[in-house]
Amino acid sequence: MYAFELERPTSLADAVNALKSEEAQALGGGQTLIPTLKQRLAMPETLVSLTAIDELKGIRREGDTLIIGGATCHADVAAEGSYPALSDLAGLIGDPHVRNRGTIGGSLANNDPSACYPAAALASGATIVTNEREIAADDYFVGLFETALNEGEIITAVKMPIPQAAAYVKFEQPASRFALVGVFVVKTANGVRVAVTGASEGGVFRWSEAESALSSNFAADALEGLKVPSDGMIGDIHGSPEYRAHLVGVLTKRAVTKAG
Amino acid sequence: MPADGGIGAPTKRREDLRFLKGTGRYTDDLNRPGQAYVFFLRSNVAHGRINGIDTGAAAGMPGVVRIFTGADFEGVGGMPCGWQVTDKHGEPMQEPGHPILAQGKVRHVGDPIAAVVADTLDQARDAAEAIEVDIEDLPAVIDMKKAIEDGAPKVHDDLSSNLCYDWGFVEENKVAVEQAFKDAAHVTTLELVNNRLVANPMEPRVAIGDYDQAGDNSTLYTTSQNPHVIRLLMGAFVLGIPEHKLRVVAPDVGGGFGTKIFHYAEEAFCTFAAKALNRPVKWTSSRSEAFMSDAHGRDHVTKIELALDGDNNFTALRTETYANMGAYLSTFAPSVPTWLHGTLMAGNYKTPLIYVNVKAVFTNTVPVDAYRGAGRPEATYQLERVIDKAARELGVDPIALRRQNFVTEFPYATPVAVEYDTGDYVATMDKLEEMIDLAGFDKRAEESKKRGKLRGVGVNCYIEACGIAPSHLVGQLGARAGLYESATVRVNATGGLVVMTGSHSHGQGHETSFPQVVAEMIGIDASMVEIVHGDTANTPMGMGTYGSRSLAVGGSAMVRATEKIIAKAKKIAAHLLEAAEGDIELKDGQFSVAGTDKSVAWGDVTLAAYVPHNYPLEDIEPGLEETAFYDPNNFTYPAGAYACEVEVDPETGKVTIESFAAADDFGNVVNPMIVEGQVHGGLAQGIGQALLEGCVYDEDGQLLTGSYMDYAMPRAGDVPSFAVDHSCQTPCTHNPLGVKGCGEAGAIGSPPAVVNAVVDALQRAGKDVTHIDMPLSPSRVWAAMNQ
Repeated sequence: MYAFELERPTSLADAVNALKSEEAQALGGGQTLIPTLKQRLAMPETLVSLTAIDELKGIRREGDTLIIGGATCHADVAAEGSYPALSDLAGLIGDPHVRNRGTIGGSLANNDPSACYPAAALASGATIVTNEREIAADDYFVGLFETALNEGEIITAVKMPIPQAAAYVKFEQPASRFALVGVFVVKTANGVRVAVTGASEGGVFRWSEAESALSSNFAADALEGLKVPSDGMIGDIHGSPEYRAHLVGVLTKRAVTKAG
Repeated sequence: MPADGGIGAPTKRREDLRFLKGTGRYTDDLNRPGQAYVFFLRSNVAHGRINGIDTGAAAGMPGVVRIFTGADFEGVGGMPCGWQVTDKHGEPMQEPGHPILAQGKVRHVGDPIAAVVADTLDQARDAAEAIEVDIEDLPAVIDMKKAIEDGAPKVHDDLSSNLCYDWGFVEENKVAVEQAFKDAAHVTTLELVNNRLVANPMEPRVAIGDYDQAGDNSTLYTTSQNPHVIRLLMGAFVLGIPEHKLRVVAPDVGGGFGTKIFHYAEEAFCTFAAKALNRPVKWTSSRSEAFMSDAHGRDHVTKIELALDGDNNFTALRTETYANMGAYLSTFAPSVPTWLHGTLMAGNYKTPLIYVNVKAVFTNTVPVDAYRGAGRPEATYQLERVIDKAARELGVDPIALRRQNFVTEFPYATPVAVEYDTGDYVATMDKLEEMIDLAGFDKRAEESKKRGKLRGVGVNCYIEACGIAPSHLVGQLGARAGLYESATVRVNATGGLVVMTGSHSHGQGHETSFPQVVAEMIGIDASMVEIVHGDTANTPMGMGTYGSRSLAVGGSAMVRATEKIIAKAKKIAAHLLEAAEGDIELKDGQFSVAGTDKSVAWGDVTLAAYVPHNYPLEDIEPGLEETAFYDPNNFTYPAGAYACEVEVDPETGKVTIESFAAADDFGNVVNPMIVEGQVHGGLAQGIGQALLEGCVYDEDGQLLTGSYMDYAMPRAGDVPSFAVDHSCQTPCTHNPLGVKGCGEAGAIGSPPAVVNAVVDALQRAGKDVTHIDMPLSPSRVWAAMNQ
């Protein structure tokens, strides 16, 4: 990696300040950024670590909403348990090293098209809280590695409404064990939301046909005959667009069954 | 048996203590005073003409000691090839040059263009980025069949084509084989790919060149399976350094799997640069570099045909294989698809007529060479797949078809030039059937079905040829090396021993198993025996460790040297006991006079050898140290039968291995725990090849699987708890230990079992799938089911 300065602010205000410099970049758990730096594919002058800021860490419950600090690591979310499908998802990310370093804010800010958290946030109808504003998940995910975040904007927390029922089913890419396809299904009083990660060239997306069908009948059978088109699906050595589109259907059914 | 474990004891590995505690001494742990670091600027295109390299700006950057390019090596030998194959017309293979740094052209992604030596690695990398290379892209050849079409771009402009050789074996049988196919009652044909693999040892390659100006001595510390071979190749053929001025040290090595046999350009570079700069130069491969510079394995495209008569006897076998050599000939690359592959095509079966054709092809990819099994897995895979397919076409039980065609009488001369000394294929198949409960399969399949899964079972046999030998034969076959092994046994005055072996341990546990043999022979504790290996300065010239040869060849040399020690010790004992030499017996570390209670201990004899006050100096020299070189008179032939049960998820194509059983015949076994560990590792690698691993280039020669993000390695959760058995033992008839070798068996025998099982599962479910190419990833299995 190239040489850089490391700042470890202990307050959000200091972090926001440090990130005002044009060549500064926020560092969460570093599970994407550090490998990128090691390959010399990025050259930030300053890295501003967010993991020493206590106010960004921790999980608390307010009524039926789980509020997760942006710098909370996956292992903590996995252990928390009051939103079982979310904890389940967090416990399946990477390996113990990754889960104890990687953060929910880092994952959502990076918006890798194969990451798991975007599916949870989008399906849950989460709210992404930043130092500047609150962004609804439906407005947050813009495209491949693209989000609604401005330069220097920091995810301080994620508000996850705890649904009536939910489940995440991930089909792993054999090498990376990222989601080749992952489907998060959420059932609430207002209906069903289905978010798909790993599959689309546009990143995480909602499968609206499935949502309608499941909102009237929350059962795997309700999905019979429904298919996502393979157009726009990712095709690579691990799976064709047709295969990914097929998996969306299979995994959605399994998620519904798992959610009960 | 010695109290702490002789032959047959499952002694725990003494070397594991230091490995597990992090106190091993790997090459990267070594640092020489004042060392500089080298970073190799590697090609990012598969094929291109170098029009210019401007190192001007880079040379002036902080810490840069010197930048080398191909021009600095014009008077230096290129990387040598250690095996010359003769083609079917009697002509030698085409053998291109292989410069240490690219000269004129780059020929694969990863081909080194320049080497920057600097005070720190970061400085070297910074400077490498400032080098301006003007490369004119040339069309790349990646597909082997296209590479040998007329008019295909040539990897090497000075060769007539990209065809390295077109080998026929046995050429004299070709006509008879053709006739047998005409006369056949049934012919089964199968086209398949043996997927390209990246070895991925846990420890990446490292090289440190060191130079002692005062004595004009060069030293190379390197991650090698065979330091003497590197010393000979690099000294004699590349750098022109005589062996007495060159020392090669391969200390603890973290796995090799074949890929650390070969002599690599980085080793020659570091040795050369250390002398040129009068300063130690160190290179440590990153994992990314390993993907594009370690020799790859396998990569065969094959058509195999099996002819059977009306009674389902195999009457002939014919194969045509395209074998990828990559851009250059790696050290032993030409031998892998020929002598390590064609000679194994008889397998465990008495097929009377066999013809093997192999076309070795240059492409713009990383060189391909031996990888765990080397040629033998490729032979086993195609043979055991085509037999399975034949059984299905004929509607006969695949196990019965195999049994019917087994070789049952030994020695057996195959139609492919080798003679199996011993074996019992019926016994290993019987053992396997005992292990796997085939009778209960239907019940298990029913249970799988309830969970929506398809269950299948696959069985296959394998034979391998280990301890390639004898030297005079391999010389006739084109080897530019001997294939003996050596050992020096040095007994110390107080009775302890040091065995200096030419074999090299990089995971095999020689430090534990070799002492078990010597301790057993003398009747002392194994803890009194120490193994020294991996340093040309203190071991006799040996050929190293690969091809499951260590115990069969290196162990035999050790036995011969120990026999010499015992013979001399008996003379000394006879003198001390005032008895006739012929009456002296050695048991439990005591020399005694037969039929009397007179005896003298091992330690008294060894002390007498070095303090020869009461000693037959008129007959024998003082001291107790002997060397033996052992050149076997045949290969050894381990064999076995493997079975795999899988479940396939019909909705996703995902395959899970429910059980795997291996019944092996390794001959005599010195340390059964180590043998089981070797089989486990081999099975994991074979299952990795069958289900997960596959190195993929795009049509422009870019490596799509350049990291663990895309190259899938097997993990613990991908393999079941293995059932392994090695109780069927037909000892090798021609080496003193009766051992055969076990290191590669698992990797050779397991891929066909897995694929046979998956095809079985799909066919039982009514799918018309007769073959799927490895790796059987979920997407491939799903595609095959839905074609």
